[in-house]
Amino acid sequence: MTSGFVRHRRSKRAIATFSVFEADLLRSLAAQLVELLHNESAVAATERDPLEALLDFSGPTTEPEDPVLRRLFPNAYRGDDEAAGEFRRFTEGTLRDGKARAAASVIDVLEEAGLPSEPTEEDLTIDVELDPEIALVWMRSFTDLRLALGTRLEVHEGDEDYWHSLPDDDPRAQAHHIYEWLGFLQETLVHAVR
Amino acid sequence: MTTASPEKVDPGVQQDLTPDAIMLTDTPWVTVVWNDPVNLMSYVTFVFQKHFGYGKKKAEKLMMEVHEDGRSVVSSGTREEMERDVQAMHEYGLWATLSKAD
Repeated sequence: MTSGFVRHRRSKRAIATFSVFEADLLRSLAAQLVELLHNESAVAATERDPLEALLDFSGPTTEPEDPVLRRLFPNAYRGDDEAAGEFRRFTEGTLRDGKARAAASVIDVLEEAGLPSEPTEEDLTIDVELDPEIALVWMRSFTDLRLALGTRLEVHEGDEDYWHSLPDDDPRAQAHHIYEWLGFLQETLVHAVR
Repeated sequence: MTTASPEKVDPGVQQDLTPDAIMLTDTPWVTVVWNDPVNLMSYVTFVFQKHFGYGKKKAEKLMMEVHEDGRSVVSSGTREEMERDVQAMHEYGLWATLSKAD
């Protein structure tokens, strides 16, 4: 089990060692996030002229239907749908791309650190070293992953007792365990970087 | 974005304008960060330091306001500046909105 991130004294990088199982889990979570961000396209996919589609740079103006996406791309104005729509049109596409790129970067770093595409060797460990810039990208992506999991699980402040009371084999308990683990990684990463 | 001057100004009101009040009409928008059950206190503090360049004390104070009061005004300025701040907060995964200052 990883002990999270620590700051490497000489290089100032945030370093961590993951078991191959943990690294594989992180990769699959990041991959799911990339898929989610691409699935519900920023521009509604409709049958239309390809050239027209290419020339349309405008983004969506209404809130996404999926609660996770709604949390990742919240309305910027309360009680002003028109202003919120305008803001969304100009920002959501960029925001989506940035979040998808961050998750893809987590996958790249893990694979460059030696995570095989189909891990077989159980004893393998994966050492990652993040320079300050990449550490920031990971922090954002851990946040997105936790927002996604937390929204799906409908976590509330101070509900830890409820989650810990669930039987171990409850899939929601297992998902919440992963959510807490990501929180632990995030906490250690913030401390390793500051 | 600017606010148009009223056509007629009551001299009595004019005299009451303090430099602070003038500043306020100059920068009438604020960025508000809202509490959510997911983001870590350490991370929110880190984001306030990183994005706004606030010292640790100020960043922690704002974070505690978000945590305890449910929301905190974290920056003020023109509408365009606040839209940039809100977009940056969304990039960091914080729940933020902008509105006209009270």
